[in-house]
Amino acid sequence: MTKTIAEINEKIRKGQAVVVTAEEIIEIVEEKGVKRAAEEVDVVTTGTFGPMCSSGAFLNIGHSKPRIKLGGGKVYLNDIPAYTGLAAADIFLGVTAIPEDDPRNKFYPGEFNYGGGHVIEELVAGNDIRLVATAYGTDCYPRKKLETLINIRDINEAVLFNIRNAYQNYNVAVNLSDRTLYTYMGVLKPKLGNANYATAGQLSPLLNDPYYKTIGIGTKIFLGGGIGYVAWHGTQHNPNVLRGDNGVPRRPAGTLTVIGDLKQMKPEWLRGTSMLGYGCTITVGIGVPIPILSEEILRYTAVKDADILAPIVDYSEAYPQRKPDILGEVSYAQLKSGKIGVQGKEVPTSSLSSYPKAVEIAQTLKEWIQKGEFLLSEFVAPLPGVESGITFKNLEERPIGGL
Amino acid sequence: MAISKRIVLHFPRRLVEQPIICRLARDFNLEFNILKASITPKEEGLLVLELNGEQKDYDRGIQYLNETGVEIQSLSQNVIRNEERCSHCGACVTICPVGAFIIEPSTRLVDFSDTKCIVCGLCVKACPLRAMETRF
Repeated sequence: MTKTIAEINEKIRKGQAVVVTAEEIIEIVEEKGVKRAAEEVDVVTTGTFGPMCSSGAFLNIGHSKPRIKLGGGKVYLNDIPAYTGLAAADIFLGVTAIPEDDPRNKFYPGEFNYGGGHVIEELVAGNDIRLVATAYGTDCYPRKKLETLINIRDINEAVLFNIRNAYQNYNVAVNLSDRTLYTYMGVLKPKLGNANYATAGQLSPLLNDPYYKTIGIGTKIFLGGGIGYVAWHGTQHNPNVLRGDNGVPRRPAGTLTVIGDLKQMKPEWLRGTSMLGYGCTITVGIGVPIPILSEEILRYTAVKDADILAPIVDYSEAYPQRKPDILGEVSYAQLKSGKIGVQGKEVPTSSLSSYPKAVEIAQTLKEWIQKGEFLLSEFVAPLPGVESGITFKNLEERPIGGL
Repeated sequence: MAISKRIVLHFPRRLVEQPIICRLARDFNLEFNILKASITPKEEGLLVLELNGEQKDYDRGIQYLNETGVEIQSLSQNVIRNEERCSHCGACVTICPVGAFIIEPSTRLVDFSDTKCIVCGLCVKACPLRAMETRF
């Protein structure tokens, strides 16, 4: 059995496509077997809703009168510094940016209540944002100061561009030390007090297409409540990790760069996020449709939590000191049971990624496709796979030397 | 009938130095467990108490507290979840020392049991979306 994306799109247009979520497909395959399920099902939808730090937005705010060259100047949006190393009216706002007067971790653990991710959430919500800028002034851009409210309705472009999202699998974080740790994996209580994990498991996009057979550059996706696209493989994309017999990576592996028009997104799917003692970020909703082009592709989408393993990593020593040691592996089924065993101790688990929201994303995408509102795209180039030879590089420092 | 209730007491400055809680035990036969105590910068007192005893003693004790001028709130109103902001990720589950957050296994929605909550506030800053709010 093979299908093409064109054939599936024809069925979507006619309202005849059979679309199920990556959770629903598990039971269908158990009931009907891979062969029949692959014949009947056209699309499997996935979803994830978790903190994703390598995210941000490009904004073109329009030209003031007289003109100001923001490029090379300084720009703040609600006191959050934006990047200005671009042309006169373009800026980039990263989600981890924080106000210059934020106390950071001087009062440990810092609260990080408001940062770039929160500005993006407010922008998408349609709130006015305070823009304060200074520039050096040129003959063609004479203005040196600008203070104004801006609104997403009025600016030329607002483009979400997230250089690394949707990690294919991730560490389970624990703390072997005797003090509480405040990390990007949440608050880790001392002496194996808890274990935090961060993917949607069986619903997560890249865990349902482990070898990137359908997800590639140009794949149309659910992004932040609107429509977006896969733009590239994400930074740190690392297909060559240990994989299970089912092809599913057992370590953090592939990643996606995603892009989309912020103006059609929704604040409930782009939430400003505060990691205590760590920093600001944003929680992003992403859903990727997987066209069932073959039995093989369907088999991958039927992966379940019990068959996805994640490494347990100590964040008191191994992670910060970049040691490769892991404390073992656990399945997402074990993680979701509420407790796992680590070094002979029963450790309660918490998730940083919302499974109910991942379900909602997969369901929403399914409805869009069923209603014929969302057609699938054919990728224009694949993501680098296992054969690409890509390896994950650490920074090996070299002395600068000098005078 | 024996009961166990959690209450929040606000002491105006003039009452901070009086042995009010001691009288709850001595005169009204109520066992108390102090869950949280603090004095605000304005020198007003805040006390979160668990009271155990007979219903009639509890009622008399509350009446006494009212007469002294202490303001009483029931505990459940004091840590609230912003339902619109909560994503049910579950980061709070292992942070809460009394297990007030429980994951419903089939939907994986996080249930917040405000009767278990002791208003310690640990979840407030540990929640990545800042969906937990304290109201005193």
